Amino acid sequence: MGPIPGKTIAEKIFSAHSGTDAHAGDIVVADVDFVMGQDGTSPLAIKALERMGVTQVFDPKKVAVVMDHSSPSPIEGVSALHTQMREFGKRTGVKVYDVGCGVCHQLIPENGHVVPGDLMVGCDSHTCTYGALNVFSTGVGSTDGAAAMAAGKLWFKVPETMKVTYTGELAPGVFSKDLVLFLAGQIGADGATYKALEIGGPVIDALSVDARMTISNMAIEVGAKAGLMKADAKTLEWFEGRGERVPAPVEGDADASYCCELVYDAGAVGPQVAKPHSVDNVSPIEEVAGTPIAQGYLGTCTNGRLEDFAVAAGILKGRKVHSDVRFIIAPASKQILLDAIAAGYIQTLVEAGAVLVTPGCGPCVGTHNGVPSDGENVISTANRNFKGRMGNGNAFIYLGSPATVAASVIEGAITDPRKYFGEGR
Amino acid sequence: MTIAARAIKFGDDINTDYIISGKHKFKSNDMVAMAVHAMEDVDPHYYEKAKPEGAFLVAGSNFGMGSSREQAPLVLIHSNTKAVLAKSFARIFYRNAINTGLPVVECDTDLIDDGDELTLDLEGGVLVDVTKGITIPFPPLPPVMAQLLADGGLVEHFKKHGGFALD
Ligand code: SF4
Repeated sequence: MGPIPGKTIAEKIFSAHSGTDAHAGDIVVADVDFVMGQDGTSPLAIKALERMGVTQVFDPKKVAVVMDHSSPSPIEGVSALHTQMREFGKRTGVKVYDVGCGVCHQLIPENGHVVPGDLMVGCDSHTCTYGALNVFSTGVGSTDGAAAMAAGKLWFKVPETMKVTYTGELAPGVFSKDLVLFLAGQIGADGATYKALEIGGPVIDALSVDARMTISNMAIEVGAKAGLMKADAKTLEWFEGRGERVPAPVEGDADASYCCELVYDAGAVGPQVAKPHSVDNVSPIEEVAGTPIAQGYLGTCTNGRLEDFAVAAGILKGRKVHSDVRFIIAPASKQILLDAIAAGYIQTLVEAGAVLVTPGCGPCVGTHNGVPSDGENVISTANRNFKGRMGNGNAFIYLGSPATVAASVIEGAITDPRKYFGEGR
Repeated sequence: MTIAARAIKFGDDINTDYIISGKHKFKSNDMVAMAVHAMEDVDPHYYEKAKPEGAFLVAGSNFGMGSSREQAPLVLIHSNTKAVLAKSFARIFYRNAINTGLPVVECDTDLIDDGDELTLDLEGGVLVDVTKGITIPFPPLPPVMAQLLADGGLVEHFKKHGGFALD
């Protein structure tokens, strides 16, 4: 018998959760540790459960629904959907995160619902965010979510894994958002379809947990099923005090088989901007600098965390948002809002001219809180810039890091943030 | 069963925001009302063209990229889209389509032009472009998905078997 070949993080997590020796390509029915739905998807999942004739979820402690996409409700139709979610919570005992709690992808890890080594599904494509925390988490539709809520398991195809390594060191003024936009520009919107990513290297090791989540959050933007990172001391420390579950970190074996390996020198990456109307339409900032903007947005599950607010406040301290620009800010959770208030970031940003909206998705998906006008350009820290994404098909969305957004709202045009960092400061 | 309808053709990377925009999908759970907005950001007349006699939505690569919204396959079903034919699909959309009972076929859609008359026998594995007089090959669905689609989607599968019963 030859040596037993090693496994990827994905293969190990699926093996552990399906009780099989799972390899890429296998179909497994696996136990899930948590199931989540948001206000755009939970109502359909609730309906699917009813149609299945299921009245209880497999374990109320392992299911949560979050009102984040249109919250507080802007119209009566949404109010009715929110009511359905609240009633579902009362009926089944699942946790309901009501309006103002924040974006689902911040709340689920922040409240310790998942820990390293877990397998979880969420009815939202950016569920891949928790890959940064060593959780195999992936987005599913409402019916899959309903099946998982009912049975505590779901069928999966064990994905092949693409390894992405960032070497070198990030230059001042360049952030994890730039690294993931760069990746999208390199491999395209379907560059990792059906695959898991394992993302690592010295640059990732040096990033904070917040910054790592930005990268995993956007794994779906290259089509990936998950954006996995290993759990290190920082990850484990991040989980301290967040609940009783015990982390079971999983690392890829040195001899695991990867479908391909990509290595990028992070030192050669400057600020990146995704241009309308696709996330892989990426340019170095030099090529778009000077493009006028009417609105800036700091927030979302990609970049609405404390560190992002710290960076933006650092740039805007003592400066003003351009008079032709609306600058909307939405912390990803109530906790982040409180922390940002305590740290003085909110004061700084609002004094500079920012408009603070409810913790949650904010204007990200075009339901409320800042729909751009025809022909307007927006610079946003979000993860998607599809036509119509922010509620108007005649607007143009550019994506960048919080630093790029902060620098741009000062000048009223897309601006290289590096002048606020390093020697030029 | 053989389905016949005309092709309505689109390009690559049709995302779920184009299939049904977020500004509509969050308003309600009424898919019939929402279906009139299907594809409107890329073709404002999609619903009018597809609804009366049904249509095959034909696209390039990476169809359905983006969000997990199941409203995407549902509004296509309710706009009388018989099946989606594309060079490749985004993962979540593909699952959602099967789960909700919308047939999806991966094939070389360069062979098909807008307006072509097509017939599709999914179980038999035969796709014909009647206008061009050609048969277009396509790989069968993975067995798990074929089983779910044959059961009428995931809800019906659950009802029938009382849970997952996948071979
Ligand atoms: S912040 Fe935007 S991308 Fe994130 S979950 Fe909300 S709508 Fe989706």
